Amino acid sequence: MHRLIAFVRKEIFHILRDWRTLIILIGMPIIQILVFGFAITNEIKNASIAILDNAQDHHSAALINKVLSSGYFRLETYLDSPVEIEGVFRKGKVKEVIVFENNFGAKIEKENKAAVQLILDAADPNSATMILNYTQAIIADYQASQNKLANLPFTIGVTSQMFYNQELKGVYMFVPGLISIILMLVTAMMTSISITKEKELGTMEILLATPMKPGIIIIGKVLPYLLLAFTNAIIVLLLGYFVFGVPVNGSLPLLLGEMLLFILTVLSLGIMISTITNSQQVALMISLMGLMLPTMLLSGFLFPIENMPLPLQIVSNIVPAKWFIIIIKTIMLKGLGFGFIWKESLILFGFMLFFLSISIKKFTPRIE
Amino acid sequence: MRTLRFILEKEFTQIFRNKALLRIMIFMPLLQLLVLSYAVDYEIKNIRLMFVDMDRSHFSGLLFSQLQGSPYFTITDQSEKMSDAHDAIEHDACDIAVVVEPDFEKKLYRTGESNVQIIANAIDGTKASLGSNYATSIVRNYSLMLNKQYGLDVQPNAMSSIRQIEINYSYWFNPDLNYKAFMVPGILVLLVTLIGVFLASMNIVMEKELGTIEQINVTPIKKHHFIIGKTLPFWIIGLMEFGFGLLLGKLVFDIPMIGNLFMLFCFAGTYLFAILGLGLLISTLTNTQQQAMFISWFFLVLFILLGGLFSAIENMPLWAQTITRFNPVRYFIEVNRMVLLKGSGLSDLAGHFALMFLFIIVINGLAIFRYRKTT
Repeated sequence: MHRLIAFVRKEIFHILRDWRTLIILIGMPIIQILVFGFAITNEIKNASIAILDNAQDHHSAALINKVLSSGYFRLETYLDSPVEIEGVFRKGKVKEVIVFENNFGAKIEKENKAAVQLILDAADPNSATMILNYTQAIIADYQASQNKLANLPFTIGVTSQMFYNQELKGVYMFVPGLISIILMLVTAMMTSISITKEKELGTMEILLATPMKPGIIIIGKVLPYLLLAFTNAIIVLLLGYFVFGVPVNGSLPLLLGEMLLFILTVLSLGIMISTITNSQQVALMISLMGLMLPTMLLSGFLFPIENMPLPLQIVSNIVPAKWFIIIIKTIMLKGLGFGFIWKESLILFGFMLFFLSISIKKFTPRIE
Repeated sequence: MRTLRFILEKEFTQIFRNKALLRIMIFMPLLQLLVLSYAVDYEIKNIRLMFVDMDRSHFSGLLFSQLQGSPYFTITDQSEKMSDAHDAIEHDACDIAVVVEPDFEKKLYRTGESNVQIIANAIDGTKASLGSNYATSIVRNYSLMLNKQYGLDVQPNAMSSIRQIEINYSYWFNPDLNYKAFMVPGILVLLVTLIGVFLASMNIVMEKELGTIEQINVTPIKKHHFIIGKTLPFWIIGLMEFGFGLLLGKLVFDIPMIGNLFMLFCFAGTYLFAILGLGLLISTLTNTQQQAMFISWFFLVLFILLGGLFSAIENMPLWAQTITRFNPVRYFIEVNRMVLLKGSGLSDLAGHFALMFLFIIVINGLAIFRYRKTT
C-alpha cells in the first residue's frame, strides 16, 4: 500500500511541476463552457439581409419594419434592381434578399392577394432554412394582423409548454457534452500520453525493474488523473449551475457515481491505447483524431444522431460518450432515477471490462 | 542554401522513417473527412410527434390528418390521455406532443374559440422551438381551412375579405440544400489546421525533449534556416492534404467547385504559413510534447468553435464576433466556402489575403523573436 502511495505522490509531483499543462487542464473547461454558453448558438440573431422594394408603399414599409424590428434580422442594404442580388451574395455579406413585387400594397387592398419573394444564400443550408422559417413566420403574422379586421368565425389559440428547459437555452445541451469531452480529454489522453512518455524516455524499464507489480504501477499512474478529471467535471457542473442556471434535478450522488463509472471506462481506454503504442506522438494522434473528434461529432453532443446515415448511427454506439451523455441528461435535466438509465450504465461497464481485458492481454512487463 | 538543403533532407528522412506517424498524418484526416462529413448534419428533421386527442371529434381528426401530411413530423403515437404524453416525453419516446382539449369542436361552434396545446421536450432547445413553430403554423393553416370550409355556415359574409400574402422562395448556390457542400470545405480546413499546428509544434519540442536541439544549436545553422527547414516539409504535407481532401470532396460528395482552384491553393499556402507559424510559436513557449499538445489543443478548440464551422458567426454576441476577427481559421473557412460554392473572385477576397499576410508577419515574427539558439 505504501508503495502505491509513494508512486501516486511521484505522479502528482509530475503533474504539479508542469504548471503549463495544469493551467490548461483546469482553464480549458472553464473557457470552453463560457464560449459554448455565451457564443455558440444556432439561433438566428442579426442575420444580415438586403431588401429590393419595388412597391415602396405603406404595406411594404410596414412589413419591412416588422421584419427589421423582430431582432432576427439586420438590414445590410437596400437594392435598386434585381441584377444587384448576385453581387451582394457573392461578397458574402448577405444571407437573404426580400423582394416585394410592384404594387404590393395596392394588390393587398384590391385583390386581397399579393406576393413576396425570398431569395436565400443556401451555401449554408441550415441557416438558410432557419432564416426562411423566421421570415415566413413574420410574414404570416403580418397576414394574420391584416385579417383581424375580417372577424373570422373560428379562432384557435395555441399554447405551448417547454419541458425541462423553458427558456430554450442551448447551454442545456452543451453542459452534458462538455463534461464528457473534458473527462475524455483529461483521462484517456493524459493517461495514454503519460504512460507512453515513460516508455519513450526509458523510465518504464526502471519502474518495471522495481518490486512493484505492473498492476500497482498502472493504478498509481491513473489515480491522480482520476482526481483531476473529477475536479474538472465538478467545475463544469458548478459553472453550469451558477453562471447559466443549468440545474441538477436528479440525485447528486447518482450523478457523481455515473461520472466515476465513465471516468473508469475512459481510463481503461487510455491504458489500452498506451499498451498498443510506444510513442507519445502516436498516442496523441490516436487520442485526438480517434477519440476527441468522434466524441465531439458522433456522440449526439453537437449533431443529432438520428440524422446520420445508418452505418454511422451504428458506429455511434461504440462511442462511450454517447451513452454517458444520455445518462447525464436523464439525471441532470429530467431528474429521473437509476431505473431509467441502468441499460446505459451496463453498456459503459461492458466497455470498461472490454478495454481492460485487451490491455491486460497486450501488456508486457518486459522490454524488448 | 546548401545548409537549408541538408536540414530539409534530415527532416524528410525523419518524417518518412516514422511509418506509424506518417500513416496517421496522411490517412487519418482523409478518413475523418469521409466519416465526419456524413455526421455533421444538424438540420432538424423527423421531429417525433405524439398526438393526444381528448376530443375525438371530426375537427380533431382533421387536425390529425394535417399533422400527418407534414414532412417535418413523424407521428410516433396517438392517445386520449394527457398522462401518456408526459410519459412519452420522460422516456424520450417523442419530442413534441400536440394536445387537443376535450370539447374542442363543441366550444368552437358555441364560443368561436378553442385551444390546442403543444408540449415539447426542450432539452434540445433548437429542436423544441422549431418543432413548436412548425406545429403552430400547421394549426394556423388548419384554422384558415376550418374557417373556409365550415365558417360559411356560421358567418357567411366574413370569408370574402381574407387577405393572403403569398411567399415564394428560392435557394441560391445550393438549391438542393446539400449540407455536405457546406460542411466539407469547413471540415477540410479543420483537418489541415489540426495537422499543421500539431506537427509543427510537436516536432521542435521533440528535439528539445530528446536533447537533439542542442546539437543543432551548436552548428552554424542560422535561425531562419532552422525555421524554414522545420516549416517547409509540413507546408508541403499540408498542401497535399488539402489537395487530396478536395479531390475526395469532389469524387465522394460531389461538392461544387465553381471558383478558381489555383487561387484557392494560393490562399491555402498562405494560410499554412500562418498556421505553421503558430505551431512554431507554441514550440518556443513549451518544453515537452505534452505541453505543446495541450497548448495547441487549447488554441485549436477556440479557433474551431469560433471559426464559424458549426455555428454561424453572425449569430454570436458582438464580443465573440470581435474575437473571431483574430482567428485565422475563420478566414480560411470563409474563403474555402466562398470560392468553392459561390465562385468568389480575387476582388472579393483581397481583404482576406491581406489579413492572412498580416497574420503571417505577426505570428512568425513573434516565433522568430522567441526562438533562442541558447538554452
